[in-house]
Amino acid sequence: MSSTDPNTGNIDPITLAVLAGRMEQIADEMDATLFRAAFNPIIAEAHDASHGLYHAVSGDTLVQGKSGLPIFVGVMSFAVKAVIDKAAENGDLEDGDIYIFNDAHLGGTHLSDMRLVRPYFHDGKLFCYLASVGHWHDVGGAVPGNYNPAATDAFQEAFILPPVRLAKAGTIQTDIIDILMRNTRLPQSAQGDLNGQLGALDLGVKRMDELLAEYGPDTVRSALDALQDRAETLMRSELTDLPDGRWEATDYLDNDGITDVPLAIKVALEIKGDTMTLDFTGTADRCAGPVNIALPTAVATAYVAIKHIFPTLPANAGVMRPITVNIPDGSLLSAPFPAPVGGYTETILRMIDVIFAAASQAAPERVVANAYGTINALSISGKRDNGQPWVMFSFYGGGHGGSIESDGLNHGNAPISTATIPPMEILEAAYPVMFKQWALRPDSAGAGMHRGGMGATYEIEVLEGNGAKAFLFGERGRYAPTGVQGGGNAALNVFSYEQDDGWHTPPMASKMVGISLKQGQSVRLDTPGGGGYGDPAQRAPSAIARDVAGGLITPENATKTYGPAWENAQ
Amino acid sequence: MSSKMIGVDVGGTFTDIFVLDEATGTAQVAKVPTTRPDQSGGFLSGISSRVSDLSEVSVVVHGTTAGTNALLERKGARIGVITTMGLRDVLEMRRRDRPRTWGLRGDFEPVVDRALRLEVPERTLADGTIRTPVDLDAVRSAAKQLIDDGCLACAILFANSYANAENEALAVKAVRDIWPNAHVSCSSEILPEIREFERFSTTALNAYLQPEVSGYLARLETALTSDGFTGEFMIVQSNGGVMDVDTAASYPIRTALSGPAAGVIAAGYIAEAAGFPDVITGDMGGTSFDVSLIAKGKSMLSPQTSIDFGMVVRSPMIEITTIGAGGGSIAWVDKGGLLNIGPESAGSTPGPVAYGMGNTRPTVTDANVVLGRIDPDNPIGGKLTRLDVEAASAAILEHVGKPLNLDALQAAEAILRVANSRMAGALRLVSIEKGFDPKRFAFMPFGGGGALHAGAMMADVGLARAIVPRYPGVTSAMGCVIADMRQDFVQTINAMLTGMDTAHLTGFMQAHVDAGNATLNHAKTTFEGIETTFVLDMAYLGQTHTVSVPLPVTVTDGHVTPPSEDEITQAFDKEYKSTYGRLLQNGTRRVINLRSAVTGKRPRFDLSTLAPKGGTVEAARKGTRQVHFADAWHETTIYNRLDLPIGAEIPGPAILEQPDTTVLIEPGLKGIVDTFGNTLIERADT
Repeated sequence: MSSTDPNTGNIDPITLAVLAGRMEQIADEMDATLFRAAFNPIIAEAHDASHGLYHAVSGDTLVQGKSGLPIFVGVMSFAVKAVIDKAAENGDLEDGDIYIFNDAHLGGTHLSDMRLVRPYFHDGKLFCYLASVGHWHDVGGAVPGNYNPAATDAFQEAFILPPVRLAKAGTIQTDIIDILMRNTRLPQSAQGDLNGQLGALDLGVKRMDELLAEYGPDTVRSALDALQDRAETLMRSELTDLPDGRWEATDYLDNDGITDVPLAIKVALEIKGDTMTLDFTGTADRCAGPVNIALPTAVATAYVAIKHIFPTLPANAGVMRPITVNIPDGSLLSAPFPAPVGGYTETILRMIDVIFAAASQAAPERVVANAYGTINALSISGKRDNGQPWVMFSFYGGGHGGSIESDGLNHGNAPISTATIPPMEILEAAYPVMFKQWALRPDSAGAGMHRGGMGATYEIEVLEGNGAKAFLFGERGRYAPTGVQGGGNAALNVFSYEQDDGWHTPPMASKMVGISLKQGQSVRLDTPGGGGYGDPAQRAPSAIARDVAGGLITPENATKTYGPAWENAQ
Repeated sequence: MSSKMIGVDVGGTFTDIFVLDEATGTAQVAKVPTTRPDQSGGFLSGISSRVSDLSEVSVVVHGTTAGTNALLERKGARIGVITTMGLRDVLEMRRRDRPRTWGLRGDFEPVVDRALRLEVPERTLADGTIRTPVDLDAVRSAAKQLIDDGCLACAILFANSYANAENEALAVKAVRDIWPNAHVSCSSEILPEIREFERFSTTALNAYLQPEVSGYLARLETALTSDGFTGEFMIVQSNGGVMDVDTAASYPIRTALSGPAAGVIAAGYIAEAAGFPDVITGDMGGTSFDVSLIAKGKSMLSPQTSIDFGMVVRSPMIEITTIGAGGGSIAWVDKGGLLNIGPESAGSTPGPVAYGMGNTRPTVTDANVVLGRIDPDNPIGGKLTRLDVEAASAAILEHVGKPLNLDALQAAEAILRVANSRMAGALRLVSIEKGFDPKRFAFMPFGGGGALHAGAMMADVGLARAIVPRYPGVTSAMGCVIADMRQDFVQTINAMLTGMDTAHLTGFMQAHVDAGNATLNHAKTTFEGIETTFVLDMAYLGQTHTVSVPLPVTVTDGHVTPPSEDEITQAFDKEYKSTYGRLLQNGTRRVINLRSAVTGKRPRFDLSTLAPKGGTVEAARKGTRQVHFADAWHETTIYNRLDLPIGAEIPGPAILEQPDTTVLIEPGLKGIVDTFGNTLIERADT
């Protein structure tokens, strides 16, 4: 069957549909290859990784796997572009080269994410790039696992590798591997992950060879171009359906963990015809602590928010063509090297929140209210009775926002992630702790026609005589997740800990370093729910009655937030 | 003379019957409409359509969707939960996941209301120490409250009960003393495995199904018995084995994927007999295409599945991957001008446009009808007299042709190309994920629609051949007759291997063997032998992913020979190396779970009893029809498939028809009837 029209270069629509599926599958297969081979559970189980095909000149995302971490969908093109620039500087890009780096100021996110970028050649000509990113277990730095809430520059977070050639014309440079393995506390894990990523790239090359042999490079190239064009068309058509206008939203980070001052994140969302501008002017300046993010991360985050609002759009760069993202210089959203960026998750969650809050004014039926808005990285560590050191490190969940169609999800994962929480019993079996509560947190959700999902309460007791130390990196301790369309705000994030004289909360609200706990003492996280959607007076009385009967909403709170609707239900 | 074995598979639309008469070496099949809501009507009428005297029947084996449907439609019983103080929300909190990656919409309600999840003082620690003894007065008063609230079953869900079941056992006893029926269970009975959400969810869903499923099975058994049946009534489990009806009534959750599992078992058996132990099966239904991989004759088991978001069942299941591309999947063009298939489906009601039952949007089946691949005058299933080709064609033109600037035929070809491409993608993915090259595999379509797409799968994935079983429409019913009696057991051990108390481990192995053998001895069926396997889930300390380590342990006269620490070490190292390439220097080996399986091997039946007897190609020829391939109509010969003799070689293009299936042999391919009556589709030049 003839696949391209020689006059216009247009690809026939059926071949395009078939190729769209085939290329998406190449990326999916690369994901599957790494998940199966990776040693470290952050990749193998939490799927903190991503693969795709990228444009030979611009680095733009052409196709991305469906199972990787959402934030990578936008950020990978920056990693590829960094390699394109470096290769141009070197001037000797060859078939079989593979670049590797973790520099977050060039490739976005944080230093734990190891990026491998491989040019793909066909008949001696550069056709596109293949890339693989995965979260390694440990990449050096001051704190095992690289989550250092007290870091004031990147050097305290991890070792930093700029884009260098791991393979040159098909030959692995073992010197580079030696450097990598000397800079991690867990070399076996790192080696396993590296092998898995190399395997994923090899598979990508093999599949691309097969695809090009079957369809020819011109057809595949036309398909890639056409898919971008179509994604752009879809995005423009979605934007055209929305009213023109300019909407603003401002929200705050509690503090940067170093100085207790709130940090504003501000967006102005403007829709004009089939275009959109996201302008973050008014956002706080670069700060001392690790809630800064690099520019690539900021742009990628805008993409994540947009894809949540328009979930059926394809994952390629065409979607972003009608969208301008303006990140002001000097703000904490474009912090230059070597600003610390380890807590980037908190900042990008707040960016998503303000984009949702602004977009909900333009398109209330499309947007959900804010989710809980913090990953609550809690680390408890100590020495066992037998002297063995232990570290229990996990992220904790909260509620999702209500939407036009339903209440928010109780106890969900963060919008930037798809990771699940480890089972309580696995944690209790591995560490000397006991969960006194692992429960939904009553009254934690924002009220609304559709209320937010419930946050959670986790209360954890230390069981052994040597006690423990606790560290928390959280947010939303001072500024609650907001509702939309008249929906109420959720409850604040509350962290508390037990001492000889009773319970305390940290001075920085959501961040705390090195709390000493004795045997029998506990820490407690009460996480926010999601914001509510719509006027609480519109909530179905039966739904209120059910929440009260189940104890998710106390009668006092029902009276306060739902008033007459609750009276009617009784 | 009880020489007949009957397999009954109840699907959403049809109830399939497969009767094997061992005395005469003959098999019969039947297809009757499934009755709703009570499936026993179709079950019994299906059997009586082929067997008049039930005293001749030694075994009736049932693959059922009663449990699956009750879960999907949320039609289980009102149940209550009694759980550890502080943990009433585990079922609702899940593992902190979400329904879809993008969009952040959707909520989740567990099958038990929060008001019916009651907490009691009790606590066991991870090492089995009882920190707080269970407060039995609180348990009794909770149970009374649940009874008063109208609960029909009770699940007792305590923390760390896998490590020490004492508190749960005491609570279960206290509740059973006052509960008005038999439906009381605890999590350590159902699944003594670490991971509270998975254990609680499996136990609660089991309780949710128990009143309904045990009632349904009892009705069937009573009806069979009153018709003179004195043989064994068995139920297919999701693991591909069968269990007796009492076990099924206690553990209805084990039937969650009963029907599809039986199909995969049969497919594996047929393919291996035909000389192709590596196959990928594809069951094309109205809304989905279910794919399963069988390597060296063995189907893959997955440890758990989600029946729906948040409804996790942890119990070994035949691994089946589903994509939303069935015969009823709707073809549509998006705003960007791209042709899509599904996920929206017209299902079997209203069904494709050609059914004339109200749907106006074109489906995959409509494309097959318009291109002449399905005979419009003899619709499958016998519900309709004629398919409306014109309406199907008009819908395809309107919804796909016009937006893409194609005529109706081109648009129909386009629909099939995109659908085939998606189905081929599923074949590739299931094999790649397991580390296999898909080209090594044969494709085995079963269910009604798959055989229309076999040639496309071969071309798209690069497979050498497809095998169409002689009765693809009743594969699951046939699997019921083939399946072994298999019981799976699990016990969390959670100990370092070095210095491990192997007597403790052996104790669990022996208990599993004893329980398994007791069930087999109790069964009325005869077995050719008993196979026992032991697998340990193991890992290095600090690693959460485990590897499954088969243990070379022998069982002699029902007695387990204890494995030595050394043997376990060697077995782990071997398995670990093959998974990860190299061992960890100085790593500490851990044993997480013991998994035992006790299987009673049922007598093999000779598939050649199904083979055609005599016949000629000439006599099987029905005529010709115009069928559209690529860009032209081809004069295509139509055969009665069941009348073709062994060894017949049919060049494409050809269509082989039988009452419930259409086999398409495209130009450039040929169909060969093998000695079992299967049709092998291969390239014409091989």
